[in-house]
Amino acid sequence: MDAEREVLDVLARNAREDIDDIAAQTGLDADAVADAIDALESDGVVHGYQAVVDWDRVDEGKIRAVVEINVELDRETGYEQVADRIAKFPAVDALHLVSGDYDFAVEVLGETMQDVSEFISEQVAPMPAVTQTVTHYIMETYKDGGIRFENSDEDDRLSVSP
Amino acid sequence: MRLSDRARELPESGIRKFFELAEARDDVISLGVGEPDFSAPWAARTAAIDSLERGKTSYTANRGMGALRERIADHHERYGQSYDPDEEAIVTTGASEAVDLAFRALVDPGDTVALHEPTYISYGPGIELAGGERLSVPTRAADDFALTREALESSGAADADLLVCCYPNNPTGATMTDAELAEVAAFCRENDIRVVADEIYAALTYGGDHTSIATQPGMRERTVVVNGFSKAYAMTGLRLGYALGPTDAIDAMNRIHQYTMLSAPTTAQYAACEALDRCGDELREMVDEYDRRRRLVVSRFNEMGLDTFEPGGAFYAFPECGGDDEAFAEALLEAQGVAVVPGSVFGAGGAGHLRVSYATSMRELKEATDRIATFVAARN
Repeated sequence: MDAEREVLDVLARNAREDIDDIAAQTGLDADAVADAIDALESDGVVHGYQAVVDWDRVDEGKIRAVVEINVELDRETGYEQVADRIAKFPAVDALHLVSGDYDFAVEVLGETMQDVSEFISEQVAPMPAVTQTVTHYIMETYKDGGIRFENSDEDDRLSVSP
Repeated sequence: MRLSDRARELPESGIRKFFELAEARDDVISLGVGEPDFSAPWAARTAAIDSLERGKTSYTANRGMGALRERIADHHERYGQSYDPDEEAIVTTGASEAVDLAFRALVDPGDTVALHEPTYISYGPGIELAGGERLSVPTRAADDFALTREALESSGAADADLLVCCYPNNPTGATMTDAELAEVAAFCRENDIRVVADEIYAALTYGGDHTSIATQPGMRERTVVVNGFSKAYAMTGLRLGYALGPTDAIDAMNRIHQYTMLSAPTTAQYAACEALDRCGDELREMVDEYDRRRRLVVSRFNEMGLDTFEPGGAFYAFPECGGDDEAFAEALLEAQGVAVVPGSVFGAGGAGHLRVSYATSMRELKEATDRIATFVAARN
C-alpha cells in the first residue's frame, strides 16, 4: 500500500490521530506522513475533518432531513448546474446524484422542522429545474460515519488469558 | 474425593496468578488478553442465528459438516496446501481439541515431544496428559524467537518423536520464513520426527502471508496442521477449530474425537462456513487494524527503552524488560494499573520479557503505553 493510502486509512478511522502516532502506526517517518496529508488535501481526496456527532444528545439539537429531489434538465441545464445551485445553500449538508426513482438525495440540516420545511419550499422547490421534492425528517440516527450510536459494548473478556 | 494422580500433578497455570491480581482491581487496562477485542463478523453471527432458527441443533458428522470441510480445504489452497476434505480434515471444538487429539493420536507413553519455548501454555500439559515427556527447546531473542536447527540440536531434540511447532507464535508474535522452516523441516526428516503445527494465528500475519511447515518437502506426510476460527474471525467463544493431515493421523484423531466429543458445535460450524464464504473483508480490516496497533506498540516500547523485535504475526509484542519479569509485571500492575503477562510463564527463553497483547483499542494502547513509559522512567 502506498503512503498516502495508509495515512488515509488511519485518518478515515480517526482524523484526530496526530502525525507522530500516524507515523508509528504506518511505519512511515513523520515528514512522510505530513507530506502525505498535504498531498491528500491538495489533491482533493481529503476535504476536511469533522466530528461524528449524535445531535440528539446535544441540548440545542438539530433537525436533519433527507430530501428527494427530481429535476428536469434542458439544453442549458445539466445535473452539474443544478447541483451547483443546490450545494451553495449552507443548510445543505450533503448532496448526491443517485440512481433510481429520483435524481438528487440531499441531506439538510436546520434548527427546527419549520426551518427545514421553509428552506425546501421557499428555496429549493421554486428552482426552475426542480419538479418535485419529498422530505424525510430523520427521527432517530442509529449509525453515522460508520460508527454505531449506542453505549459501547462492555469488554467482557477475561482480563488476562493465555 | 480422591483425584487421579494425573489431575493432581497438573500444575496451576502461571497466568492464573496475574488474572487474579488484575481482576482484583477495577482500573486496569489489560494488555494481557489472548483473544481478539473484535466480535465475530456480523454475517457469521447471523448465520449462526439463522441455523438456530431453522432448528439446526443436531450433531453433525463426527468429522464436521462436509460443506465446512470443503471450504476449509479450499481456503488452505492459498497456503499452497492441498488436503482431501473427506479423508484429511477434521473439525474440532476449538483448535485446543485438535491439539489434544493430535497428542493422543501420535504420542505413546514415554515418547519425547520437543516443544519450542516460550510458547502457548497448553501444549506442555497436553503432552503430559497423553503420556509423553516434554523436551524444552528454548528459542532466543537473538533469533527473534524463530526455531533454529542449533536450538533443536543443543536441546537434544534429535531423539524426539514429535515436535510442536507454533508459528505465528503466542507469546512472542514471531513468524518463520520459508528458509527458516526449511532448516527445521530438514532436521525433522533426518531424525524422523513428526510435527504438530499449531497455526491458529496464520491469518494474522503482517507484511507477508503465512507459510506452513507442512508445505516443506517431505513434511506433509509427517505433519498435522491445526488451525481454527477463533483468532482470524474473532470467534473464540464459538469454539471451532480443525486439523488437516495424512489420512491415518486424521482417522486416528477422529476415532478419539467420536468417543470424547462426538462432533464440534453445530451452530459454530454454520458461522464458520459463512466466515469463509463472506467475511474476508472484515478479516482484512481486522488485520489492518492489528497491524497499525502492532507498529504503534513496538515503536513505543523501543522508544521507552524496552527492546522489542518486530513481530510478524499474531497480536502480541514481546518486549524485553530485563531481570525478573514477574516482579516487573507485578510492580507495573501495582503502580500503573496495566496488566501484562510475564514471559517466563510461557517457559524457557521467555524470562526477562513481557507478553503484550495489542488486541485492545488504539485508545487503550496509547494510554497503557504512556503509563508503562512513566513506570519505566521512574525505575531508571
